[in-house]
Amino acid sequence: MPDGEVLLDVSGLSVRFPTSDGVVNAVDDLSFQVRRGETFGIVGESGSGKSVTNLALLGLLNRRAANIEGTALFKGRDLLTMPPGELRRIRGKEIAMIFQDPFACLHPMYRVGDQLVEAIRAHERVPRRQAAERAIEVLAAVGIPKPRERFRDYPHQYSGGMRQRAMIAMALLLNPDVLIADEPTTALDVTVQAQILELIDRVKKEFDIAVVLITHDLGVVAEVAQTVMVMYAGRAMEQGPRQQVFGKPLHPYTWGLLESIPHVDQKVSRLVPIEGAPPSLIFVPPGCPFHPRCPHRFGPCDQKRPEFRDRGGGHAEACHLSADEKRTLWAERQERFTRAAV
Amino acid sequence: MAAYIVRRLVWVIVVLLAVTMITFAIFYLLPTGDPAVRFAGKSPTPQVLEEVRRQFGLDKPWYAQYWHFLSDLTTGDKYGWPGLGFSFDTRIPVREELLERAPRTLSLAFGAAIVWLTLGVTIGIVSALRRGTLLDRAAMGFALFGVSAPVFWLGLMALWLFAETGGGPDWLHFLPGTGYVPFSESPSEWFTHLIMPWVVLALLYAAFYARMTRGNLLETMGEDYIRTARAKGLTERRVVFKHGLRASLTPIVTMFGMDIALLVGGAVITETVFNIQGLGAWAVRATFNQDLPAVVAVVVVSAFAVAIMNLLVDIVYAWLDPRVRYQ
Repeated sequence: MPDGEVLLDVSGLSVRFPTSDGVVNAVDDLSFQVRRGETFGIVGESGSGKSVTNLALLGLLNRRAANIEGTALFKGRDLLTMPPGELRRIRGKEIAMIFQDPFACLHPMYRVGDQLVEAIRAHERVPRRQAAERAIEVLAAVGIPKPRERFRDYPHQYSGGMRQRAMIAMALLLNPDVLIADEPTTALDVTVQAQILELIDRVKKEFDIAVVLITHDLGVVAEVAQTVMVMYAGRAMEQGPRQQVFGKPLHPYTWGLLESIPHVDQKVSRLVPIEGAPPSLIFVPPGCPFHPRCPHRFGPCDQKRPEFRDRGGGHAEACHLSADEKRTLWAERQERFTRAAV
Repeated sequence: MAAYIVRRLVWVIVVLLAVTMITFAIFYLLPTGDPAVRFAGKSPTPQVLEEVRRQFGLDKPWYAQYWHFLSDLTTGDKYGWPGLGFSFDTRIPVREELLERAPRTLSLAFGAAIVWLTLGVTIGIVSALRRGTLLDRAAMGFALFGVSAPVFWLGLMALWLFAETGGGPDWLHFLPGTGYVPFSESPSEWFTHLIMPWVVLALLYAAFYARMTRGNLLETMGEDYIRTARAKGLTERRVVFKHGLRASLTPIVTMFGMDIALLVGGAVITETVFNIQGLGAWAVRATFNQDLPAVVAVVVVSAFAVAIMNLLVDIVYAWLDPRVRYQ
């Protein structure tokens, strides 16, 4: 368990979008803490509420369209209730964010350098030239070759990996405490992915910050996160230290996820998908939202919502099965899985 | 960039050549009647007709006439440069009439352009930022009205309401009636005479531009780079006016160039309603009267305007969007 200072303390976060078709429950009663020096991984399928969670924290959701409840304390101040002007001063300066598609995230009509300088000058009164010098330094720090020349380039002159590096540079300009990375590697080539993940890990250590890493890729989380939260239908299914969640997963949904990733070292001829599809967020199944797809569902699953509880050592999950049942079931599944593989 | 502009200017000349040639060809190949007959008056003798044809050069083949036209155009004729000949219909040198009429149409077109650009873009921005509110609905209602209201009706209503000679309530009659006063004669009269035509002509365009700005801005505001701009903590004002507007205005530049260019060819209805004897009214009359020199003059001016505005649009576009520059 990381022991850095708690930077982000989210509790009871719910995000609902009233639409003409009904209320979309994008995030439902989510709680987690992020500490300095750790990478907090949020994993889930598309539409599980990962991105919405973080957009909500930074006030990047349209407040008129979204119904946000709960608290999100950042160094003791609640992000969800503070006035927009105050939140704006935190955005980019204390909490920075990078996004999935670096092709679309930089403004195509402004020079990369100007976009960096603008980010500095949105928060600090410094002369342009000085801001530019700092931007060039940070571009160099994130591994952009010839940063002084590249500073004057437009985004379309950058490669995908370089754009994501530039985005990371933009995020680091003002020494933030938290870096939220929303699918930072999804749009990149596999080789570039590894470089970007390494870079994020390096800056986390160098700048001593907390990283919230949102991804649908369990492999990415397994590589860099210290704490993992598995989301499904806007809720946390399982959360805990990486070794716990990957080594002794407790929730049938996590089991399904782990079984569905390919391993190079195991000769699996066929991957095991999770049967069915994620539910509509307007009509979330009652009880446990995963129960229609869960092979182990029983009596209370479609009636009672399982409590999200700590099962020891910071490893929490929400499932009605008892600890013993889970142990046996997971052992069985693992055996079946490996046997199928051979 | 300079080489590019020169290359484009050469193309402008090629386009103009093609356009004039086509105009000539249409005029001679289509069975429209003999201009000499019109010119020679009632029941002319064959000798008079022959003489008229000879004087106008109508007895020569069309390519010889075209060549004659081109050499006059480039080197000037007895009325000055550019040589455009004299009208079959009014017997006034075409150049003189062109110089008389062009400022009217240009005043009308550019004045209206300023009005519709300011009005349309402003309404579009406000509408997009206040989407779904009463203000937005009112603005879009106005836009619908502007698009649907015919110019001649709007023009007549405006005259009725605001012109000294109008039939509406007296206290509203603070503008002069129809007609045109040259800027050189009286700038203030020029201005007051043009207010109504500008606004009437601009309403239609303003409506289009408002809808387009609104649509573009709404679309741009959903782009990822807008989210980035917000995420780095820019003020909303900067997000909208710097990042949002820049990207949503580029298509408007293209449209604006074309609209202006087309108007230079004459806004016939507006010119007619407000009795501004501009290029549009002239073109219509010349066409009906088979007045080839006048038709060609208007065509040359219009084609030139289209070609030049196209070039300007491309230059501005390259300046606005760096991705175009490096292609």
